Amino acid sequence: MSQKILLDKINIPGIKTYEVYRQNGGYASVEKALKTLTPDEVTEEVKKSGLRGRGGAGFPAGMKWSFIDKKSGKPRHLVCNADESEPGTFKDRYLMEFIPHLLIEGMITSSFALGANLSYIYIRGEYMWVFKILERAIAEAKAAGWLGKNILGTGYDLELYVHCGAGAYICGEETALIESLEGKRGNPRIKPPFPAVSGLWANPTVVNNVETIATVPWIINNSGDDYAKIGIGRSTGTKLISASGHIKNPGVYEIELGLSVDEFMNSDEYLGGMSSSRPLKAFVPGGSSVPILPVELIFKTANGEDRLMTYESLSDGGFATGSMLGSGGFIVYNDTACVVRNTWNFARFYHHESCGQCTPCREGTGWLEKILWRIENGQGREEDIELLWSIQSKIEGNTICPLGDAASWPVAAAIRHFRDEFEYHVRFPEKIKNRDHFVTEPFSQVKHLVGGKVIV
Amino acid sequence: MERKHYKQEINMTEALMNRINELISHYPEDRRKSALLPVLHEVQDAHDNWLSIELQDKVAEILHIKPIEVYEVVTFYSMYNQKPVGKYMFEFCQTSCCCLNGAENLMDYTSEKLGIKMGETTPDGMFTIAGVECLGACGYAPMMQLGDFYKEKLTEEKIDQLIADCRDDKIILHDK
Repeated sequence: MSQKILLDKINIPGIKTYEVYRQNGGYASVEKALKTLTPDEVTEEVKKSGLRGRGGAGFPAGMKWSFIDKKSGKPRHLVCNADESEPGTFKDRYLMEFIPHLLIEGMITSSFALGANLSYIYIRGEYMWVFKILERAIAEAKAAGWLGKNILGTGYDLELYVHCGAGAYICGEETALIESLEGKRGNPRIKPPFPAVSGLWANPTVVNNVETIATVPWIINNSGDDYAKIGIGRSTGTKLISASGHIKNPGVYEIELGLSVDEFMNSDEYLGGMSSSRPLKAFVPGGSSVPILPVELIFKTANGEDRLMTYESLSDGGFATGSMLGSGGFIVYNDTACVVRNTWNFARFYHHESCGQCTPCREGTGWLEKILWRIENGQGREEDIELLWSIQSKIEGNTICPLGDAASWPVAAAIRHFRDEFEYHVRFPEKIKNRDHFVTEPFSQVKHLVGGKVIV
Repeated sequence: MERKHYKQEINMTEALMNRINELISHYPEDRRKSALLPVLHEVQDAHDNWLSIELQDKVAEILHIKPIEVYEVVTFYSMYNQKPVGKYMFEFCQTSCCCLNGAENLMDYTSEKLGIKMGETTPDGMFTIAGVECLGACGYAPMMQLGDFYKEKLTEEKIDQLIADCRDDKIILHDK
């Protein structure tokens, strides 16, 4: 059993309620921080912990906090990013639904560190029942004196509210989220200025993922150094992984970073192997945006080392033979999954979610979707594969926000590792049409292309 | 192309106005506009799950902003409906992780059972079915959203049961 710091109390009956949460040591970090530490000391502990942003980018959280402009004298804000929308990811929802006070405790302690007196949790609109859970939990915390004016008699004031989105993946990007919180369309802003200088209502703002903020209480209750002892190298601490696809035990798991992919996939403590007798074909370790990897690169890196669940090991080999930890959206495919169809599905998602500000993304994602659809439906042309490659390379890096990159990477990786499947679709359209994708028919029974040579 | 104009009866009840004012109080005095998204959700829930132009104008008036500021938001976010929808809206997640576990077949099944295509409403106004993008329930696939709640690990039997429960008025749509 590896150490748990976020989900250790999740099975205590009634932990959703304030009373039970408090009886089990809840809100201790607020007491410790407000009564015995300065805001800078709290930030220092988070820096020492090596905690990296859990939303996907993996930027060190303490460092992000230290960028906040404290000199201008403007009000400062902490905004929690609970707009979880990356396909394959559903961990934040689990935390908020089953132990909401952990996030609220983290929000108070973190807001204190930043000197924020007005903070928000921005939750996606579809999680409406979780929005209500959080609203009630905030009311409980306020009634118990953890929010409002002069908290614990220390002179620190904090108001915390939940704000809901309304169905836009792009609002997970921090500047789009801020726009949305201001009551506008979720169009990402050009950076700089960064939110730490000019964020919500042009005030200095820090935006952190739910899991990042929920980790802060443990760090303050113990120490940054203790947290840094968990994990390997620059991948410190634990991480929530959302597991889905063709596996026996899908769900949310807290793992110590450094666990091997093999153990995570195959041990009964975690995913318990595949859901049926169909063999493993591919996986996406960090949400739909990160590159898909074929079976031979899942358990071992290209140079033969064990692949570990860390930021470094999952990206070992760059995009040529690696992927990314991302948001921890771990999607597993068996051999019935068609990579072309999966790539088309993701392309449709990004096309739908593009905000439309930047031409390469607005137009390019639509082209990717259209071309992938015709290949998938047996109307593809040989040159379409090159065309896809060319379009994705022209979106990547040419947009205001990373949605363009996120749309490009899955297409590039699919072609890089599964080119034969694309070629098969183009060359044998009659075998591609009318297949029952994803569900019953093993793709291997249709596909007989090895090394570019047909061996029907 | 002729644009059909749908009529909607506007009813800003006292309970609704109280909730709206509470939401507005969550933001600084001079930042009323920030309450726009949550207010639109409340107003839509209280008006048969859609927002006519007249209703959007009403929201603009309440928040002291221009109507265009409401229209541009309503057209951007996928959860706001700009025309009437069925009383029960089955929104199936159709992104890859759900498809790996049969979402596409389940959507076909529901479509056939209700006799409508995705995006359509039954003639009696009871059901609308639609495919939407990732709802963040990948481990509990296939699934759909119904009102404020998720219905997960769906099967054809569960769809039959849900449809029956809707017809028997046994489904709670909102947590108010």
